[in-house]
Amino acid sequence: MKVLVPVKRVIDYNVKARVKPDQSGVDLANVKMSMNPFDEISVEEAVRLKEAGTATEVVVVSIGPQQCQETLRTALAMGADRGILIKTDDKVEPLAVAKLLKAVVAEESPELVILGKQAIDDDSNQTGQMLAALLDWPQGTFANEVKVDGGKANVTREIDGGLQTVALDLPAIVTTDLRLNEPRYASLPNIMKAKKKPIDMKEIGDYGVDVAPRLTTVKVTEPPVREAGEIVEDVPTLVSKLKAKGAL
Amino acid sequence: MAYDQETRDALIEMVRRFVDEQCKPIEGQVAEEDAVPKDVVDGMKELGLFGISIPEEFGGLGLNMEEEVLVALELGQTSPAFRSVAGTNIGIGSQGLVMWGNDEQKAQWLPKIASGEIITSFCLTEPEAGSDAGSVKTRAERDGDHYILNGTKRYITNANKADLLTVMARTDQNTPGGKGLSSFLVETTTPGVTIGKPEKKMGQQGAHVCDVIFDNARVPVANRLGGEGDGFKVAMSVLDRGRLHISAVCTGVAERLISEMTNYAVERKQFGEPIANHQLVQAMMADSYAEAYAARCMVLDAAQKRDRGENVTLLAASCKMFASEMVGRVADRAVQVFGGAGYIADYGIERFYRDVRIFRLYEGTTQIQQIVIGRGLAKLAKDGQI
Ligand SMILES: Cc1cc2nc3c(=O)[nH]c(=O)nc-3n(C[C@H](O)[C@H](O)[C@H](O)COP(=O)(O)OP(=O)(O)OC[C@H]3O[C@@H](n4cnc5c(N)ncnc54)[C@H](O)[C@@H]3O)c2cc1C
Repeated sequence: MKVLVPVKRVIDYNVKARVKPDQSGVDLANVKMSMNPFDEISVEEAVRLKEAGTATEVVVVSIGPQQCQETLRTALAMGADRGILIKTDDKVEPLAVAKLLKAVVAEESPELVILGKQAIDDDSNQTGQMLAALLDWPQGTFANEVKVDGGKANVTREIDGGLQTVALDLPAIVTTDLRLNEPRYASLPNIMKAKKKPIDMKEIGDYGVDVAPRLTTVKVTEPPVREAGEIVEDVPTLVSKLKAKGAL
Repeated sequence: MAYDQETRDALIEMVRRFVDEQCKPIEGQVAEEDAVPKDVVDGMKELGLFGISIPEEFGGLGLNMEEEVLVALELGQTSPAFRSVAGTNIGIGSQGLVMWGNDEQKAQWLPKIASGEIITSFCLTEPEAGSDAGSVKTRAERDGDHYILNGTKRYITNANKADLLTVMARTDQNTPGGKGLSSFLVETTTPGVTIGKPEKKMGQQGAHVCDVIFDNARVPVANRLGGEGDGFKVAMSVLDRGRLHISAVCTGVAERLISEMTNYAVERKQFGEPIANHQLVQAMMADSYAEAYAARCMVLDAAQKRDRGENVTLLAASCKMFASEMVGRVADRAVQVFGGAGYIADYGIERFYRDVRIFRLYEGTTQIQQIVIGRGLAKLAKDGQI
């Protein structure tokens, strides 16, 4: 069974994001970038499937600028077998990514595509679902546990107030949630070995799909600054202050 | 081996991430419990840290000196006790074998040292032989296919966890000084080898030093490193390389402390403004920053020169002397910038202050580095090279 894992290069989760002065977006100049944490979970799950003998090959794909190659190398160091980089310096929206991934699926014929449930930069939470719709494949989103067994994937999903298990016929789409697994650190020797694993270089033009943006970003702003607190003398003062603010 | 920039960046980034996520959050706990938790040690093994300086053919990464220095700079970003866990396998515990071992010895031990399956220690210091390392008294007397070792080694890092020791002992009882010494690989399971109780120390809780006592311990002749009489050379070549590694660790700790003091100084307000606005505080920050930068430049330059095959004895001694003294000054200023909080355990600054004190003592005290540099310079002058 072949598993396809799309990985996105995003602003590192430790970085405090800053908005560009013209409010057109987040300033990414000289900012540390790394693999979307949910995608790390996806890679980990795929590699575990391979280690368990369930998957035979793990292919990772990234869409974005040349530097996405580093993101792919990280996935290869974690244990993926080969990478595909679809190069573009333009912004690609979830729908465009889903269309490109559909084309990659047509070429690669994986039985399972494991995506992060969302990317921490735009928090869209759309690509997996769109890809499932475009392919007309079943989907198990927000996966907390994935069991693959004889042409079926049993996916336990995190839903409001509990867990739900769905049985999907393969091929299928899975999107990963935080608690699915704890991704490994790529070991230093494996980082070196990853250097020798193949990465296919592609262009968006190779896939003949319409990736024109559908959305316009109107404005991006910083979250409001937290106002200074106030220490009050006793509970009655607290209550009256809260009342005055309309909070009680 | 020199790796390409992208691979090198990825390696360093992974070490940094491990330090940030696995080590920094438990620095206080490690000091309190005087132990690095097993899962963190296992994590370091899985990461491949124990093998960074072991050649690739023996299962290590075979980093060159510059790359090892870059890793050490990252390891310096957290309590030095973490580095000490893998420190002997990377440095003094393995390098005698890497530089002086024969093919069989290397094949037998290095893969397990690289994986961290076995832990190594370096046994030079004795109760009466410290800075004067050539005065080692531990005896190794030939008896057929074996040497019989008798003597006591002192302050041996990781001895309580060690499986394999590199031991400097006197094979020629009639030759005083370094020329009478030889080096041996000694398994700690050898009958007659006992390890003392870990000493109580000033800092670096979580890392341990113990006595190692040899009482008629029989060591196969096949375990000798190099020839009879090479022992002092083995020890010095190991320490020469180790000095650059230690210098990088010192620099890393200094950089961590500079980040701590700066972040504190911009938050802490006195006289109506952040203390970072007070020029006398700025002076402490600026002096620390410039000195740490100087140390970083020195150690990277010396490492690059070593990788190019140059003799770096004077440079390595200069790095060790400067970086270890520098981090002492930086730690002292960090306490000062933190004020009373710098003296209170919860802030962790006093812990670093204690932790870094050892860097001026082991692997050659500052005075010994000065002697190495001074004598070296005089020799250069005599040879008309300076
Ligand atoms: C935590 C720790 C870990 C250690 N780990 C190891 C280890 O793994 N393996 C190992 O073999 N050893 C280890 N050591 C020992 C360490 O290397 C020695 O303590 C160090 O070399 C100094 O020797 P000494 O303690 O005998 O001091 P001494 O040599 O007695 O020095 C005392 C003072 O005299 C000065 N001095 C000595 N001779 C001269 C001179 N000629 N001119 C000017 N000043 C001089 C010294 O600089 C120092 O200030 C460790 C020590 C510690 C504390």
